[in-house]
Amino acid sequence: MIWQLDLAILTLVVITGIGAIMVKDLLGAAILFGAYSFMMCLLWSIMGAVDVSFTEASVGAGVSTVFFVAAVFRTTRRTKD
Amino acid sequence: MKVIGLLIVILTGALLVYATVDFPPWGDPTSPASTHLSPHYIEKTMEETSVPNIVTAVLADYRGFDTMFETTVIFGAGVACFFLLRVLRREGPEQRLYRHTLTDMTIRIKDGSKMPADLDEFERIDTLWTPRDLIVTTICRLLIPFIQLFALYVIAHGHHSPGGGFQGGVILGASIILLAISHDMRTALKRMREKLNGLLCATGVFIYAGTGALCLLFGLNFLDYSALASILHVDPVTARSHGILIVEIGVGVAVMATMIWIYNNVSSSGKYDEGL
Repeated sequence: MIWQLDLAILTLVVITGIGAIMVKDLLGAAILFGAYSFMMCLLWSIMGAVDVSFTEASVGAGVSTVFFVAAVFRTTRRTKD
Repeated sequence: MKVIGLLIVILTGALLVYATVDFPPWGDPTSPASTHLSPHYIEKTMEETSVPNIVTAVLADYRGFDTMFETTVIFGAGVACFFLLRVLRREGPEQRLYRHTLTDMTIRIKDGSKMPADLDEFERIDTLWTPRDLIVTTICRLLIPFIQLFALYVIAHGHHSPGGGFQGGVILGASIILLAISHDMRTALKRMREKLNGLLCATGVFIYAGTGALCLLFGLNFLDYSALASILHVDPVTARSHGILIVEIGVGVAVMATMIWIYNNVSSSGKYDEGL
Protein backbone atom coordinates (compact mmCIF):
# COMPACT_ATOMS: atom_id res chain seq x y z
CA MET A 1 0.00 0.00 0.00
CA ILE A 2 1.51 3.31 -1.12
CA TRP A 3 0.28 5.94 1.35
CA GLN A 4 0.60 8.89 -1.07
CA LEU A 5 -1.68 7.15 -3.57
CA ASP A 6 -4.04 6.16 -0.77
CA LEU A 7 -4.24 9.74 0.49
CA ALA A 8 -4.85 11.15 -2.99
CA ILE A 9 -7.67 8.70 -3.70
CA LEU A 10 -9.26 9.16 -0.26
CA THR A 11 -9.24 12.93 -0.79
CA LEU A 12 -10.90 12.48 -4.17
CA VAL A 13 -13.52 10.18 -2.57
CA VAL A 14 -14.41 12.89 -0.04
CA ILE A 15 -14.43 15.64 -2.68
CA THR A 16 -16.63 13.73 -5.13
CA GLY A 17 -18.91 12.58 -2.30
CA ILE A 18 -19.51 16.11 -1.02
CA GLY A 19 -19.73 17.41 -4.59
CA ALA A 20 -22.46 14.89 -5.48
CA ILE A 21 -24.59 16.23 -2.62
CA MET A 22 -23.89 19.93 -3.13
CA VAL A 23 -24.21 20.22 -6.91
CA LYS A 24 -27.53 21.69 -8.13
CA ASP A 25 -27.37 20.01 -11.53
CA LEU A 26 -28.64 16.44 -11.09
CA LEU A 27 -26.84 15.21 -14.22
CA GLY A 28 -23.59 16.51 -12.74
CA ALA A 29 -24.44 14.77 -9.47
CA ALA A 30 -24.90 11.49 -11.36
CA ILE A 31 -21.50 11.88 -13.05
CA LEU A 32 -19.85 12.80 -9.74
CA PHE A 33 -21.43 9.73 -8.16
CA GLY A 34 -19.92 7.60 -10.93
CA ALA A 35 -16.51 9.17 -10.24
CA TYR A 36 -17.00 8.47 -6.53
CA SER A 37 -17.76 4.81 -7.30
CA PHE A 38 -14.66 4.55 -9.45
CA MET A 39 -12.48 6.00 -6.69
CA MET A 40 -13.99 3.50 -4.23
CA CYS A 41 -13.19 0.75 -6.75
CA LEU A 42 -9.55 1.89 -6.80
CA LEU A 43 -9.50 1.86 -2.98
CA TRP A 44 -10.85 -1.69 -2.86
CA SER A 45 -8.22 -2.89 -5.29
CA ILE A 46 -5.47 -1.15 -3.29
CA MET A 47 -6.68 -3.07 -0.21
CA GLY A 48 -6.51 -6.31 -2.20
CA ALA A 49 -10.27 -6.97 -2.41
CA VAL A 50 -10.24 -7.49 -6.17
CA ASP A 51 -13.66 -9.16 -6.36
CA VAL A 52 -15.35 -6.30 -4.52
CA SER A 53 -13.48 -3.81 -6.68
CA PHE A 54 -14.69 -5.56 -9.84
CA THR A 55 -18.29 -5.45 -8.60
CA GLU A 56 -17.95 -1.77 -7.68
CA ALA A 57 -16.54 -0.96 -11.12
CA SER A 58 -19.28 -2.78 -13.04
CA VAL A 59 -22.29 -2.03 -10.83
CA GLY A 60 -21.40 1.25 -9.12
CA ALA A 61 -19.45 3.12 -11.77
CA GLY A 62 -21.06 1.43 -14.78
CA VAL A 63 -24.71 0.49 -14.69
CA SER A 64 -25.96 2.64 -11.80
CA THR A 65 -24.63 5.79 -13.50
CA VAL A 66 -26.65 4.82 -16.58
CA PHE A 67 -29.74 4.35 -14.37
CA PHE A 68 -29.23 7.78 -12.79
CA VAL A 69 -28.81 9.44 -16.17
CA ALA A 70 -31.94 7.69 -17.45
CA ALA A 71 -33.89 8.84 -14.39
CA VAL A 72 -32.67 12.44 -14.85
CA PHE A 73 -33.62 12.24 -18.54
CA ARG A 74 -37.18 11.27 -17.63
CA THR A 75 -37.64 13.72 -14.73
CA THR A 76 -35.90 17.05 -14.24
CA ARG A 77 -32.34 18.22 -14.32
CA ARG A 78 -32.54 20.91 -11.62
CA THR A 79 -33.18 20.34 -7.92
CA LYS A 80 -35.70 22.45 -6.05
CA ASP A 81 -33.62 22.79 -2.85
CA MET B 1 -34.76 21.66 9.83
CA LYS B 2 -31.69 21.70 7.60
CA VAL B 3 -29.46 22.65 10.55
CA ILE B 4 -30.86 19.81 12.67
CA GLY B 5 -30.31 17.35 9.83
CA LEU B 6 -26.74 18.53 9.34
CA LEU B 7 -26.05 18.25 13.08
CA ILE B 8 -27.42 14.69 13.18
CA VAL B 9 -25.35 13.69 10.17
CA ILE B 10 -22.15 15.18 11.62
CA LEU B 11 -22.83 13.55 15.01
CA THR B 12 -23.45 10.12 13.44
CA GLY B 13 -20.36 10.49 11.28
CA ALA B 14 -18.25 11.43 14.31
CA LEU B 15 -19.59 8.41 16.22
CA LEU B 16 -18.76 6.12 13.30
CA VAL B 17 -15.24 7.51 13.02
CA TYR B 18 -14.86 7.11 16.80
CA ALA B 19 -16.02 3.49 16.52
CA THR B 20 -13.38 2.67 13.91
CA VAL B 21 -10.68 3.32 16.53
CA ASP B 22 -11.73 0.05 18.18
CA PHE B 23 -11.18 -1.89 14.95
CA PRO B 24 -8.17 -4.19 14.77
CA PRO B 25 -5.41 -2.82 12.50
CA TRP B 26 -5.71 -3.54 8.79
CA GLY B 27 -4.55 -7.09 8.02
CA ASP B 28 -3.88 -7.95 11.69
CA PRO B 29 -3.37 -11.76 11.91
CA THR B 30 -4.43 -11.89 15.58
CA SER B 31 -7.78 -10.13 15.10
CA PRO B 32 -10.90 -12.24 15.84
CA ALA B 33 -11.97 -12.19 12.20
CA SER B 34 -8.77 -13.82 10.98
CA THR B 35 -8.29 -16.35 13.81
CA HIS B 36 -11.52 -18.39 13.72
CA LEU B 37 -13.07 -18.89 10.29
CA SER B 38 -10.69 -17.33 7.78
CA PRO B 39 -7.85 -19.86 8.31
CA HIS B 40 -10.30 -22.68 7.62
CA TYR B 41 -11.36 -21.11 4.32
CA ILE B 42 -7.80 -20.27 3.31
CA GLU B 43 -6.40 -23.72 4.12
CA LYS B 44 -9.29 -26.03 3.27
CA THR B 45 -11.05 -24.42 0.27
CA MET B 46 -8.79 -26.03 -2.32
CA GLU B 47 -9.17 -29.58 -0.96
CA GLU B 48 -12.88 -29.23 -0.14
CA THR B 49 -14.16 -27.56 -3.30
CA SER B 50 -11.19 -27.54 -5.73
CA VAL B 51 -11.81 -23.85 -6.46
CA PRO B 52 -8.64 -21.72 -6.47
CA ASN B 53 -10.48 -18.41 -5.98
CA ILE B 54 -11.47 -18.53 -2.32
CA VAL B 55 -13.84 -15.56 -2.66
CA THR B 56 -15.95 -17.43 -5.22
CA ALA B 57 -16.02 -20.56 -3.07
CA VAL B 58 -17.13 -18.63 0.02
CA LEU B 59 -19.69 -16.64 -1.95
CA ALA B 60 -21.39 -19.47 -3.80
CA ASP B 61 -20.69 -22.52 -1.64
CA TYR B 62 -19.99 -21.82 2.03
CA ARG B 63 -22.30 -18.80 2.05
CA GLY B 64 -24.69 -20.06 -0.62
CA PHE B 65 -27.84 -18.95 1.17
CA ASP B 66 -26.57 -15.39 1.34
CA THR B 67 -25.95 -15.22 -2.40
CA MET B 68 -29.27 -16.91 -3.20
CA PHE B 69 -31.24 -14.27 -1.36
CA GLU B 70 -29.03 -11.54 -2.83
CA THR B 71 -30.13 -12.78 -6.26
CA THR B 72 -33.72 -12.82 -5.04
CA VAL B 73 -33.37 -9.22 -3.85
CA ILE B 74 -32.15 -8.19 -7.30
CA PHE B 75 -35.07 -10.06 -8.89
CA GLY B 76 -37.41 -8.27 -6.47
CA ALA B 77 -35.91 -4.91 -7.44
CA GLY B 78 -36.60 -5.63 -11.11
CA VAL B 79 -40.18 -6.70 -10.41
CA ALA B 80 -40.80 -3.64 -8.20
CA CYS B 81 -39.47 -1.36 -10.94
CA PHE B 82 -41.81 -3.06 -13.42
CA PHE B 83 -44.90 -2.69 -11.22
CA LEU B 84 -44.11 0.94 -10.34
CA LEU B 85 -43.27 2.26 -13.78
CA ARG B 86 -44.76 0.12 -16.53
CA VAL B 87 -47.65 1.82 -18.36
CA LEU B 88 -49.75 -0.81 -20.10
CA ARG B 89 -52.50 1.44 -21.41
CA ARG B 90 -51.53 4.35 -23.64
CA GLU B 91 -53.17 7.63 -22.67
CA GLY B 92 -53.48 11.05 -24.29
CA PRO B 93 -52.62 12.15 -27.80
CA GLU B 94 -49.53 10.43 -29.08
CA GLN B 95 -47.44 11.44 -32.04
CA ARG B 96 -44.79 9.57 -33.92
CA LEU B 97 -41.97 10.93 -36.02
CA TYR B 98 -40.80 9.21 -39.18
CA ARG B 99 -37.78 10.10 -41.24
CA HIS B 100 -37.55 9.53 -44.97
CA THR B 101 -34.31 7.62 -45.36
CA LEU B 102 -33.44 9.04 -48.81
CA THR B 103 -34.27 12.72 -48.42
CA ASP B 104 -33.93 13.18 -44.62
CA MET B 105 -37.42 14.71 -44.56
CA THR B 106 -39.29 14.19 -41.27
CA ILE B 107 -43.04 13.61 -41.08
CA ARG B 108 -45.21 13.62 -37.97
CA ILE B 109 -48.14 11.25 -37.60
CA LYS B 110 -50.72 11.99 -34.92
CA ASP B 111 -52.29 9.08 -33.10
CA GLY B 112 -55.36 7.81 -34.93
CA SER B 113 -54.58 9.41 -38.25
CA LYS B 114 -53.94 7.29 -41.33
CA MET B 115 -50.47 5.87 -41.91
CA PRO B 116 -48.82 6.44 -45.29
CA ALA B 117 -48.97 3.43 -47.55
CA ASP B 118 -45.27 3.04 -48.34
CA LEU B 119 -43.79 3.24 -44.85
CA ASP B 120 -40.84 1.03 -45.71
CA GLU B 121 -38.96 4.05 -47.05
CA PHE B 122 -39.37 5.71 -43.66
CA GLU B 123 -37.74 4.90 -40.37
CA ARG B 124 -39.23 5.60 -36.98
CA ILE B 125 -37.28 8.15 -34.89
CA ASP B 126 -37.60 9.40 -31.31
CA THR B 127 -39.52 12.63 -30.67
CA LEU B 128 -36.45 14.04 -28.91
CA TRP B 129 -34.43 13.11 -31.94
CA THR B 130 -30.72 13.69 -32.27
CA PRO B 131 -29.34 12.81 -35.69
CA ARG B 132 -27.90 9.34 -35.86
CA ASP B 133 -24.14 9.39 -35.49
CA LEU B 134 -22.67 6.84 -37.88
CA ILE B 135 -19.35 6.60 -35.99
CA VAL B 136 -20.96 5.98 -32.60
CA THR B 137 -23.42 3.46 -34.02
CA THR B 138 -20.76 1.49 -35.89
CA ILE B 139 -18.25 1.46 -33.03
CA CYS B 140 -20.90 0.29 -30.56
CA ARG B 141 -22.08 -2.40 -32.96
CA LEU B 142 -18.47 -3.61 -33.28
CA LEU B 143 -17.79 -3.46 -29.54
CA ILE B 144 -20.90 -5.20 -28.24
CA PRO B 145 -19.89 -8.78 -29.24
CA PHE B 146 -16.54 -8.38 -27.51
CA ILE B 147 -18.19 -6.99 -24.38
CA GLN B 148 -20.51 -9.98 -24.31
CA LEU B 149 -17.64 -12.40 -24.86
CA PHE B 150 -15.77 -10.79 -21.96
CA ALA B 151 -18.88 -11.09 -19.79
CA LEU B 152 -19.14 -14.81 -20.54
CA TYR B 153 -15.44 -15.17 -19.70
CA VAL B 154 -15.99 -13.37 -16.39
CA ILE B 155 -18.85 -15.72 -15.48
CA ALA B 156 -17.08 -18.90 -16.55
CA HIS B 157 -13.66 -17.96 -15.17
CA GLY B 158 -14.94 -16.91 -11.75
CA HIS B 159 -13.36 -20.02 -10.24
CA HIS B 160 -9.84 -18.93 -11.10
CA SER B 161 -9.86 -15.15 -11.27
CA PRO B 162 -11.88 -12.25 -9.85
CA GLY B 163 -15.37 -12.23 -11.26
CA GLY B 164 -18.44 -14.39 -11.23
CA GLY B 165 -22.14 -14.25 -11.83
CA PHE B 166 -22.85 -10.75 -10.56
CA GLN B 167 -20.11 -8.96 -12.46
CA GLY B 168 -20.54 -10.99 -15.64
CA GLY B 169 -24.31 -10.52 -15.55
CA VAL B 170 -23.97 -6.78 -15.13
CA ILE B 171 -21.54 -6.59 -18.06
CA LEU B 172 -23.89 -8.68 -20.23
CA GLY B 173 -26.80 -6.41 -19.33
CA ALA B 174 -24.66 -3.33 -19.97
CA SER B 175 -23.91 -4.53 -23.51
CA ILE B 176 -27.64 -4.60 -24.34
CA ILE B 177 -28.08 -1.22 -22.64
CA LEU B 178 -25.24 0.12 -24.80
CA LEU B 179 -27.16 -1.07 -27.87
CA ALA B 180 -30.28 0.73 -26.62
CA ILE B 181 -28.34 3.95 -26.02
CA SER B 182 -26.32 3.97 -29.23
CA HIS B 183 -29.23 3.03 -31.54
CA ASP B 184 -32.66 3.37 -30.00
CA MET B 185 -34.79 1.43 -27.57
CA ARG B 186 -36.79 -0.35 -30.28
CA THR B 187 -33.63 -1.88 -31.78
CA ALA B 188 -32.64 -3.27 -28.39
CA LEU B 189 -36.18 -4.48 -27.69
CA LYS B 190 -36.16 -6.43 -30.96
CA ARG B 191 -33.11 -8.35 -29.70
CA MET B 192 -34.34 -8.72 -26.14
CA ARG B 193 -38.11 -8.75 -25.91
CA GLU B 194 -39.88 -7.79 -22.73
CA LYS B 195 -41.45 -11.20 -22.13
CA LEU B 196 -38.16 -13.02 -22.69
CA ASN B 197 -36.51 -10.59 -20.32
CA GLY B 198 -38.98 -11.24 -17.51
CA LEU B 199 -38.75 -14.98 -18.07
CA LEU B 200 -34.92 -14.94 -17.96
CA CYS B 201 -35.05 -12.90 -14.78
CA ALA B 202 -37.12 -15.56 -13.05
CA THR B 203 -35.17 -18.41 -14.68
CA GLY B 204 -31.93 -17.24 -13.08
CA VAL B 205 -33.37 -17.35 -9.59
CA PHE B 206 -35.01 -20.69 -10.43
CA ILE B 207 -31.67 -22.20 -11.51
CA TYR B 208 -30.12 -21.20 -8.20
CA ALA B 209 -32.97 -22.37 -5.97
CA GLY B 210 -33.51 -25.45 -8.14
CA THR B 211 -29.89 -26.53 -7.72
CA GLY B 212 -30.34 -26.24 -3.98
CA ALA B 213 -33.57 -28.23 -4.06
CA LEU B 214 -31.91 -30.89 -6.23
CA CYS B 215 -29.30 -31.37 -3.51
CA LEU B 216 -32.16 -31.83 -1.03
CA LEU B 217 -33.66 -34.53 -3.27
CA PHE B 218 -30.38 -36.46 -3.18
CA GLY B 219 -30.54 -36.55 0.59
CA LEU B 220 -28.02 -33.87 1.54
CA ASN B 221 -28.44 -30.32 2.82
CA PHE B 222 -29.89 -27.49 0.74
CA LEU B 223 -27.15 -26.11 -1.56
CA ASP B 224 -24.66 -28.86 -0.63
CA TYR B 225 -23.39 -29.39 -4.17
CA SER B 226 -21.51 -32.62 -3.40
CA ALA B 227 -24.91 -34.31 -3.77
CA LEU B 228 -24.69 -33.61 -7.51
CA ALA B 229 -21.73 -36.03 -7.86
CA SER B 230 -23.95 -38.91 -8.98
CA ILE B 231 -25.64 -37.05 -11.86
CA LEU B 232 -22.49 -35.20 -12.97
CA HIS B 233 -20.40 -38.43 -12.80
CA VAL B 234 -17.55 -36.79 -10.87
CA ASP B 235 -16.21 -37.09 -7.34
CA PRO B 236 -17.94 -34.98 -4.64
CA VAL B 237 -15.14 -32.38 -4.50
CA THR B 238 -15.31 -31.63 -8.23
CA ALA B 239 -19.10 -31.70 -7.98
CA ARG B 240 -18.94 -28.76 -5.55
CA SER B 241 -16.84 -26.84 -8.09
CA HIS B 242 -19.35 -27.64 -10.86
CA GLY B 243 -22.25 -26.73 -8.59
CA ILE B 244 -20.71 -23.31 -8.05
CA LEU B 245 -20.51 -22.83 -11.84
CA ILE B 246 -24.20 -23.78 -12.31
CA VAL B 247 -25.22 -21.37 -9.59
CA GLU B 248 -23.05 -18.58 -11.02
CA ILE B 249 -24.74 -19.03 -14.41
CA GLY B 250 -28.11 -18.66 -12.68
CA VAL B 251 -26.96 -15.48 -10.94
CA GLY B 252 -25.57 -14.11 -14.21
CA VAL B 253 -28.82 -14.71 -16.12
CA ALA B 254 -30.95 -13.14 -13.37
CA VAL B 255 -28.71 -10.09 -12.97
CA MET B 256 -28.45 -9.50 -16.74
CA ALA B 257 -32.21 -9.61 -17.24
CA THR B 258 -32.87 -7.40 -14.22
CA MET B 259 -30.42 -4.71 -15.38
CA ILE B 260 -32.06 -4.55 -18.82
CA TRP B 261 -35.51 -4.59 -17.25
CA ILE B 262 -34.80 -1.69 -14.90
CA TYR B 263 -33.13 0.31 -17.67
CA ASN B 264 -36.05 -0.20 -20.08
CA ASN B 265 -38.62 0.82 -17.48
CA VAL B 266 -36.74 3.86 -16.20
CA SER B 267 -35.53 5.32 -19.48
CA SER B 268 -38.82 4.96 -21.35
CA SER B 269 -40.89 5.87 -18.25
CA GLY B 270 -42.72 2.57 -18.62
CA LYS B 271 -43.91 3.02 -22.22
CA TYR B 272 -41.28 0.84 -23.91
CA ASP B 273 -41.39 3.13 -26.88
CA GLU B 274 -38.73 5.80 -26.85
CA GLY B 275 -35.71 5.60 -24.63
CA LEU B 276 -32.62 7.55 -23.75
